[in-house]
Amino acid sequence: MRNDKSKKTAAAWLLATALVVGLPQLASAETVLRIGMTAADIPRTLGQPDQGFEGNRFTGLTMYDGLTMWDLSSADKASVMIPGLATEWKVDEADKKKWTFKLRPGVKFHDGSDFNADAVVWNVEKVLKQDAPHFDASQVGVTASRMPTLASARKIDDMTVELTTKEPDSFLPINLTNLFMASPAKWQAFYDKAEGADAKAKSQAAWAAFARDASGTGPWKMSKFTPRERLELVKNESYWDKGRVPKIDRMVLLPMPEANARTAALLSGQVDWVEAPAPDAVKEIKARGFQLQANESPHVWPWQFSRIEGSPWNDIRVRKAANLCVDREGLKEGLLAGLMVPATGTFEPGHPWRGQPKFEIKYDKAAAQKLMQEAGYGPNKKLTVKTQTSASGSGQMQPLPMNEYLQQALAECYFDVQLDVIEWNTLFTNWRRGAKDPTANGANATNVTYAAMDPFFALVRFLQSSMAPPVSNNWGYINNPKFDELVTKARQTFDPAARDAALAELHAASVDDAAFLYVAHDVSPRAMSPKVKGFVQPKSWFVDFSPVSLAP
Amino acid sequence: MFAYIARRIVYVIPIVISVALVCFLLVHITPGDPLVAVLPADASQELAAQLRTAYGFDRPLPVQFGLWLWRALHGDLGSSIATGRPVLTEVLRAVGNTVTLAIAAALIGFTLGLLFGLIAGYFRDTWIDKVATSIAIAGVSVPHYWLGMVMVIIFSVQLNWLPAVGAGPGGSGAWGWDWEHMKYLILPAITTSVIPMGIVTRTVRALTGDILSQDFVEALRAKGLRELDVFKHVIKNAAPTALAVMGLQLGYMLGGSILIETVFSWPGSGLLLNSAIFQRDLPLLQGTILVLALFFVALNLLVDIAQAAIDPRIKRG
Repeated sequence: MRNDKSKKTAAAWLLATALVVGLPQLASAETVLRIGMTAADIPRTLGQPDQGFEGNRFTGLTMYDGLTMWDLSSADKASVMIPGLATEWKVDEADKKKWTFKLRPGVKFHDGSDFNADAVVWNVEKVLKQDAPHFDASQVGVTASRMPTLASARKIDDMTVELTTKEPDSFLPINLTNLFMASPAKWQAFYDKAEGADAKAKSQAAWAAFARDASGTGPWKMSKFTPRERLELVKNESYWDKGRVPKIDRMVLLPMPEANARTAALLSGQVDWVEAPAPDAVKEIKARGFQLQANESPHVWPWQFSRIEGSPWNDIRVRKAANLCVDREGLKEGLLAGLMVPATGTFEPGHPWRGQPKFEIKYDKAAAQKLMQEAGYGPNKKLTVKTQTSASGSGQMQPLPMNEYLQQALAECYFDVQLDVIEWNTLFTNWRRGAKDPTANGANATNVTYAAMDPFFALVRFLQSSMAPPVSNNWGYINNPKFDELVTKARQTFDPAARDAALAELHAASVDDAAFLYVAHDVSPRAMSPKVKGFVQPKSWFVDFSPVSLAP
Repeated sequence: MFAYIARRIVYVIPIVISVALVCFLLVHITPGDPLVAVLPADASQELAAQLRTAYGFDRPLPVQFGLWLWRALHGDLGSSIATGRPVLTEVLRAVGNTVTLAIAAALIGFTLGLLFGLIAGYFRDTWIDKVATSIAIAGVSVPHYWLGMVMVIIFSVQLNWLPAVGAGPGGSGAWGWDWEHMKYLILPAITTSVIPMGIVTRTVRALTGDILSQDFVEALRAKGLRELDVFKHVIKNAAPTALAVMGLQLGYMLGGSILIETVFSWPGSGLLLNSAIFQRDLPLLQGTILVLALFFVALNLLVDIAQAAIDPRIKRG
């Protein structure tokens, strides 16, 4: 009897010991992926992120979905638009300004409320309807500019919504990848509790509260948020796309704006993944067994030419000569440690909007010199050109050394390149003001990199004559009737394949016209621990964190 | 003493208003669009105008300044354009983190600075003086962000002893004064402390040497005081000036270092300023500069009062 009691006591102790020892291990079984971002702050979490596409990558596509989305599953194929919270859509044959979107049934926001047509209308109105109670000016800029023709939304039934554009615009479904669906129910709960002098103040307070405790439909849910320091996301087990339920339990996002600090954090094991490691450290990163991921991005590092009266770039021979005079492979291997893709246009072969340009952009110094001689220049009569650039900036890669490389390269083709280096935000602001503005400071080219995710951003805003300042970014006042005609054709072609063909025609025409000095595409380098598995780097600004796992 | 303190406080009022005006003007004359954080360059002109009105940037500058000052006097520094969060909350959180860093750096820098300065001053022109002076010069001369990077490479990347970045395993919101958190403080605190250490060393060395050569020291020795007691008199005479220098240095450190906080991703006022500058977040920039300037003014006031308490000659002046 006594023996039994001792045995029971011993067993109880063993069980207790096992629990004490085992519980922490069970708790630590949670897999946590820690990522060092380049942003100095956590991008906004309330649905429409700031900080460009890095914002969309980390706090947009993680917590939220759009009606349409990007296919991020392949590293080889171009990333194309796919259905998201809308399963299908079509334009009204009688009135091409009206679109009908069928919504995905059974989708719920993280707070448990239903995603439906009311939610879509609410999310359109948050940025477009100024007298809506939840209208938020701070979200308008980053949203409305990315879907410039969307005018309004109307519920047809619970699962159908009608969107209206200001003019017929076949790009609308692509633009809608930028409109993220936030939970109206969650916002309303915050609004009802908010304190404020008036409805506007209450609305602002509700949005501030929503940003701290956000609710979307995405594969990741907000868990902890320390402004400017860290955002913790946990996987959404009930995500509507079962194939994209994250494999990792928790993802911690840490702002680390300084490249060397990010790299040190990775190498010391403080994080598992860093965006844009310091280029100088690439060798060491690889030598220590870390992975370096990179792929061609929809990004262009160009010189955008002035085409105003008197600009030397008005001569197509000069534009083509500049494009032929740059050894892009030399730039890639010599200066950028392989972290670029030589640009032969805005889109490279394999992209549905590439087309078949006749002008082949490559390094051919002899042909470039010949063109310059035909244009009246030579060793004793150099053409002076001036380019405005910055010393740093988002997407600018390494603007000063790269521009100095161009300066040297173009000198061999009888160009005398002068650089006007200004601060990044000023350059960016000047971009809107155009080549005729005094802020151009006599420059006849500007070096502002651009994203090429959708047709408007990649082509239309630069090539259509009506996009000249102050309307949009046709900085150089390009006025080419052929471009205008092709833009209209692409915008009014509603069959997706035919629209893509029209865009390809527009792109090919722009390359044949040497509309830019096309130099490089960024490759969005990121370095990660060898423990990170399953990552696919698509040809996109965005990535899908769902298939990523961590080896023990 | 009371009249002296009252007079100094009255002097503070025009200083604060001037600081507010200067920081408002400086921020507004910088090139770039204040709405760059929320308004992409490709936004339409109509949209830009709409947002300019929504944020009040279409009003004349004097009106904007008046409204901002009025709200600031009521404790409302507005909201950040980029994040929508109240500026005061953002600034106070960041300043709290910078104070943590500054106190740690001050403890290291002032202790070493006083020690090296007194030793160097007392043993002037000996090899001990030369060693201490060399350390001080190195402290003042070495670019501290470079030192920070080198220390990160050695102690984080190579030796893996200390974390490279951040303010604790759970961020500054979960800060605690234990080893798990304090190890995040060591590298940025040492990096921040080198300049004040050098400046305090040089100041105290010069003061000590100067005081030791004065007649009253000889008189004290002639009276038969022990060397330790003589040294106490030297320290008391050096204290007001050393205190003023340390006060200024503490003020600089409380202002945060953009470079050090960026290198170590330390979420203090320097990193906040860096972010505000790059995002052209004018309300955040104005608010941060104003709060830091007020800190500096308040600290100077405290140092003046402390000096007057130590040295009665000052308040008579």
